[in-house]
Order: sequence, then C-alpha cells, then structure tokens
Amino acid sequence: MSADVTPALDIDALIADPSIRTIVCCGSGGVGKTTSAAAIAIRAAEAGRTVAVLTIDPAKRLAQAMGLTDLDNEPAPVEAVDTSRGGSLDAMMLDMKRTFDEVVMQHAAPEKAQQILANPFYQAVSSSFAGTQEYMAMERLGQLHAERKPGGWPRWDLIVVDTPPSRSALDFLDAPKRLGSFLDGRFIKLMMAPAKAGGRAYLKVLSVGMGSVTAVMSKILGGPMLRDAQTFVAALDTMFGGFRERAEQTYALLSDASTAFVVVATPERDALREASFFVDRLERERMPLAGLVVNRVQMTYVPSLSAARAQAAAQDALDLPGREDGWAPSDTIGLLHLHADLAELGQRHAAAIGRFTASHPDIPQVQVAAAAHDVNDIDELREIGNTLTGA
Amino acid sequence: MAGSAWDGVRLHVVTGKGGTGKTSVAAALATAYAATGKHVLIAEVEERQGISQVFDVPQLGTTETQVARGQRGGDVYGLAVDAKTALMEYLQMFYKLGMAGGLLERFGVVDFATTIAPGLRDVLLIGKVYEAVRRRPGRRGHRGERPYDVVVLDAPPTGRIGRFLGVNHEIAGLAKMGPVKSQADSITALLQSRQTAVHIVTLLEEMPVQETVDAARDLAALQLPVGAIIVNQEREPIVSAEARALVTGDAFDAGPLESDLRALDLRVGPTLVGGLVQAGQDLDERLRMQDRERKQLAALDRPTYHLPFLHEGLDAGGLRELAGALGRQMIAGAPHE
Ligand SMILES: Nc1ncnc2c1ncn2[C@@H]1O[C@H](COP(=O)(O)OP(=O)(O)O)[C@@H](O)[C@H]1O
Ligand SMILES: Nc1ncnc2c1ncn2[C@@H]1O[C@H](COP(=O)(O)OP(=O)(O)O)[C@@H](O)[C@H]1O
Ligand SMILES: [Mg+2]
Ligand SMILES: [Mg+2]
Repeated sequence: MSADVTPALDIDALIADPSIRTIVCCGSGGVGKTTSAAAIAIRAAEAGRTVAVLTIDPAKRLAQAMGLTDLDNEPAPVEAVDTSRGGSLDAMMLDMKRTFDEVVMQHAAPEKAQQILANPFYQAVSSSFAGTQEYMAMERLGQLHAERKPGGWPRWDLIVVDTPPSRSALDFLDAPKRLGSFLDGRFIKLMMAPAKAGGRAYLKVLSVGMGSVTAVMSKILGGPMLRDAQTFVAALDTMFGGFRERAEQTYALLSDASTAFVVVATPERDALREASFFVDRLERERMPLAGLVVNRVQMTYVPSLSAARAQAAAQDALDLPGREDGWAPSDTIGLLHLHADLAELGQRHAAAIGRFTASHPDIPQVQVAAAAHDVNDIDELREIGNTLTGA
Repeated sequence: MAGSAWDGVRLHVVTGKGGTGKTSVAAALATAYAATGKHVLIAEVEERQGISQVFDVPQLGTTETQVARGQRGGDVYGLAVDAKTALMEYLQMFYKLGMAGGLLERFGVVDFATTIAPGLRDVLLIGKVYEAVRRRPGRRGHRGERPYDVVVLDAPPTGRIGRFLGVNHEIAGLAKMGPVKSQADSITALLQSRQTAVHIVTLLEEMPVQETVDAARDLAALQLPVGAIIVNQEREPIVSAEARALVTGDAFDAGPLESDLRALDLRVGPTLVGGLVQAGQDLDERLRMQDRERKQLAALDRPTYHLPFLHEGLDAGGLRELAGALGRQMIAGAPHE
C-alpha cells in the first residue's frame, strides 16, 4: 500500500470478526451517531450475529421503525430484520434516570434507597448532571454484556452503542471518570467529615482552613441546601464505596481489543475538528479506533461537470429558443444551477475531508452520501449499512 | 413590515437543536444589530469557542473583546462565559473573598458548585449575562463604559434550554433563601420580561422541528417568552414546480433537456442527463419534506424568519449574507441591499 492512500474503513470486517464484542459510535451532536449505530446493528444481525443496540435519543420515526415505542429500558426484538443467517437484533433506548434508580435500588437497602431517590440532589444529578448520561450508558453497556442465556452463554455476542448528544465528543470519555472521581474525591470527604468524626475534631486534623470553607459554602448555598448535599453524599458514600473503581472498569472495557470505536462526523469544519480531537485522544490512550465515518457527504451525480462550467452553460442557455409547452430552457437552466450548487457544496466537503486526511493519513475512513430525506426506516438504514463497507 | 416586534428587546436568547446553526444565527443577529449602529455583546456559555470561530478571531477569554465592527458606530463584542470565573467574581463582589477563593478551589468546592450543585452553574452563567444586560455607565467597575444596546446569548441547545433558563425553578427546591435565591429571582424577572426573547433556530427536518415544538411548549410552561422561529439552511426551489413535476413523473421525456444540453456544447450522455434529473428529483423530495415540516412550525403561531442554505459555506461573506437577511426580516431600519 502506498503511503498516500488512506485506508478504507470496512464495517463488514468488524462485523465478521467474532472477537469484536462492542462497537461504539461517537462524535459531536447531530452528525449521525444514532443512525450509524442502527445501520451497523442491522447489518451485523443480518450477517448472522446476535446483536443488541443501545440507542440514546433516536428520532421519533427511527424509533418507530425499530419498534422502540415503549421506553422500558429493556432490549426488545426488532422484527423487521432478516434472521435467515441465524442472527438477531434487540434494540433499546436508554432511560438514564431509570438506569440510575436501578443502580441505587440494587446497591442500597430498601429504606436507604427510598431516601436517596427522594433527595433533591440525587434528583438533579440523576436527571441533569452533565456526564450522568454517559455514565449510565456505560453502566447499561456493562449490564448488557453480563446478561446470560440458559447455558451460561452471553445473551448477545455484539453490542452496538450509540453515545449521548454531548457538548463535545470527548465528554463521553471523560464524564464517567469525572463523575467517579468527584463522588470519590476530596470534596466528598469534606462534606462527610462532620458526619463521620462528629465534627470539629476531625476537621482540625485535615486543615485549618476547612472551617471557613464550610462557612463559605453555607453562605453560598444556604444552610438547607448544604444539609441536603450532605445527606446525598453520605448516602452515595455507603452505597457506592468505589465509584471510581466502576469508572475504571468501564474505561478498561472500552480500552479492550474487543471494542471498536467508530467516530462519526459530517464533512463540516467543526465536526471534523471535533473528530480530530477524539481520534487523537483515542490514539494517545491506545484505545481501539476502527476509523472515521464521514456522514452526509454531498456526492455529485455528474463528477465530470464542474460548478463553473455548469454556471457558464446556464448563462448561455438564456439565449436558447423557447418551446410551446412542456420542458422549457429555463428548466434546463434550473437543473444546471442546481448541479452547480451541489458541485460547489461537494467541493467544500471534499476540501474539509481532505484537511482531516492530511493530518490523519492512516485513519481508515468511509463516506456516506447525504440522502435527500431523513433516514428513518429499516431499508434506508440497510442502504447506509451498504455504503459503510466502502463498496 | 420589519419586525418592530423586537424593539424593546435587549436580551436575545438563541437556542435550537445542536448543529442547526445557533452560533451562526446568534452571530448573524449580533452583526445585523451592529449594522444599525448598536453596541452589541454576544456571549456563549458552553465552553466551545464557537464565537471566535464564526468571527474568525483569536479565542475569547473571560473579558469582553471586540470581535467585529458594525456601521454607524455599531460594533460587536464577544464573551465566553466561564462558570468558575463567574463564581470567583461573584464571591469577590459579595464577600470580598481574597484568599478563600483558592481554598475553595483546592477542596473541590468550586468543582462542586460549578458542575454538580443543581442549577447553580446555570445561575452563575446567566448571572454574567444578566449583569451585562443590566449594566449602566455609573456602575462599579464600569464607569464611563457605553452600556450594551443589545445582548445576544448563544444558548444551550433545545434539549437543555428549559432547565438552563428555568433557574428559578431549579433552585427553588434547594435554596429557599440566601444570595443564590435572590440572584435567581432577579434573573428570572429579566428573563420573563418583555426585554427578553428566546428565539429557536431550526432546520426543516423532522428532529429539529420536533425539538422546536417541544422547546416552545417547555418555555411557555416556564413563562419564558418564546420569540421567533428562525428557519435556517432552507433549500430554495431553484428548479420550478412544473419542472420538478416533470422529472418526478412516470413518463419523463428527456428529449428537450438533451437537446438544450447539446445546444450548450455539453457532452450529452446518460451520466449527464440521468445525473441532472436525479438531482432534480432529490430536490423535489427535499422541498416536500420542507413543506411538511413548515406546516408543523406554522402551528406554533410565532413570527418565523428564513435563512437560506449557503452552498459556499459560512465564511465572512456568508455571515454577512445571513446578517443581511435576518436584519431585513427582524430589525426595523436595517440596511437594505
Ligand atoms: N446520510 C444521511 N443523509 C440524510 N440524513 C441523515 C443521514 N444520516 C443521518 N441523517 C439524519 O440526520 C438527523 C440526525 O441523525 P442522528 O443519527 O440522530 O444524529 P446523532 O445521533 O449524531 O445526533 C436524523 O434526522 C437523520 O435522519
Ligand atoms: N445558513 C447556512 N448555510 C450553510 N451552512 C450553515 C448555515 N448555518 C450554519 N451552517 C453551518 O452548519 C454548521 C453548524 O452551525 P453552528 O452555527 O455551529 O450550529 P450550532 O451552534 O447550532 O451547533 C456549521 O458548520 C455552520 O458553518
Ligand atoms: Mg443520537
Ligand atoms: Mg454552537
């Protein structure tokens, strides 16, 4: 292979490799993560694998097409897939709060669990803390991997995960750690101190400044809020023990060779810049990157006709003689202008992709054409799956 | 007709589904006001450095920096609001905490306050914007400064906007009194007043429109004033409806098209003819989708503005074009041409 040829990302190769057990689709918001995850999952199931897909925020019509109409946080079979090769597909939509609630109920005594569930801090953290969704997606992934069917075999041999619509693609990697280390960190110890050691005596040992920290906090937050926070923290502390440990386990799973990251981007500067950060980060941390999907690329149907030539022809066409009825020269002009616009957009996309490729020549990539409509039925997802093979 | 509807508005909040063009539209709106001589601040709160990218200037820090010049003395300043800095400023202002700031940081209190304490982060972020809207020349630290005529907030996306702007609601259950509560109350009073408008940017596609409808409902429930719906990246009917009907019909006769193309010295073959026709069919499909989604938006019964899809992308010329289009539709007295 010559050095200046970018390798093609072939999803079929990932699907065909039984040692691949997890595929993670990540990227910035709106680029097509959910669409890609669904397309890959369908293709894998139809190639004979036993697949579960964990989607986060599917478009309404896509959810309907996949049979994801009730939000019960459990995978349900997607009937529309072709199972003739022995595969199957179960799909679910993540319910972040419910996943968190379940973790609480699993790990705390019933009475304690109710206390936690009712705490305002818990409610805020479980429904809105930036990072909770990422953390819960990973929690749920771990749970799905642990499910067994009779005989002790894993229930699924491939799990495809969509990622939350984060501010940046990197949130997904960082959030679980951030939440974990926060809940396990120094601040928590500070909040716990009065409860644990009966107050002042313990504080003195830690630091002389501590008393004033608590004082300032109660000034900012107000007394009742501080008390709620303390209760919350105390409850979590007994429950989780090693929150950080769990975050580390998640990270280990993601770093394992059985995982493949598929980074998704649109051919726009911002999305590709975000993809670059993410790709660089994965490489730096030696995480298993499969490659880049560039989604919604404007393809032109007539590559040999440049935008400029089409514009010039449209100009000349003003002199064409008219017709009595039916197709008019102005219609020809319309089609030429349309082609010129699309060719220009296609060039811009190609240039943006070119910049990414220049700085990341070894990252396998594959392009998916922009469809003229939303992608929301199984056939359209199959078509996307087809193009993901580089064919 | 130009929208004198927004004359009394000093804070324009711009939200929308991620990727629809919030930052671009916020920048275009700021530019449009600056073109009428206004002194404008555009603020972002998501640590993305989106403003510096659209205006093509170095990364913004936590001080207000000029990012563009307008006309008739107008200009645009930019600010990337950062929760930690806002917290420190706030503590400094109210408590004169010199050293304690560092101590709070060291114990992770700053992290706690700015990330996990429910609603507090949002109070801090909007608090900064609130301060810029309310700023008067005589105020402490800003003596002699020209107050902003208009503040544009490049806000969090539709999925988070209700929670973000509903600070009072979020805080209410937790801080029943104290400085955080009173700050949240003042912010809410501004947000619910006629000085604020929350505009929603959308594409004419299913998901963004659905989120627009949901957000409009959520905002109304919080008594927050929904402003305009701004349809971005709208594809134009560059091929006439009659021609589209022909190319999508069962028995399209490509003869006349071929003869036109031949007369233009183009190499006529199945690729050229088939390709042009296919593009025409795609456009038709896209425009039909747009019509469908437009109907959904019409049900919201809000002023609706339209910005074209720019095939050449959003360079400086593109930003000016969007600003011009928005100004003509939204701002009385905006420059024409
Ligand atoms: N190749 C494509 N062509 C046209 N539309 C697409 C394509 N891929 C995705 N879409 C549409 O873009 C929208 C966002 O896609 P989605 O997969 O939900 O993105 P994400 O999960 O990254 O936020 C959806 O409405 C989807 O139908
Ligand atoms: N009217 C438009 N025509 C063409 N491209 C646009 C238009 N508006 C926005 N864009 C492009 O769409 C992408 C997303 O826009 P951006 O303003 O960053 O969205 P958001 O802030 O909502 O995420 C950017 O690449 C931007 O250049
Ligand atoms: Mg998604
Ligand atoms: Mg933005």
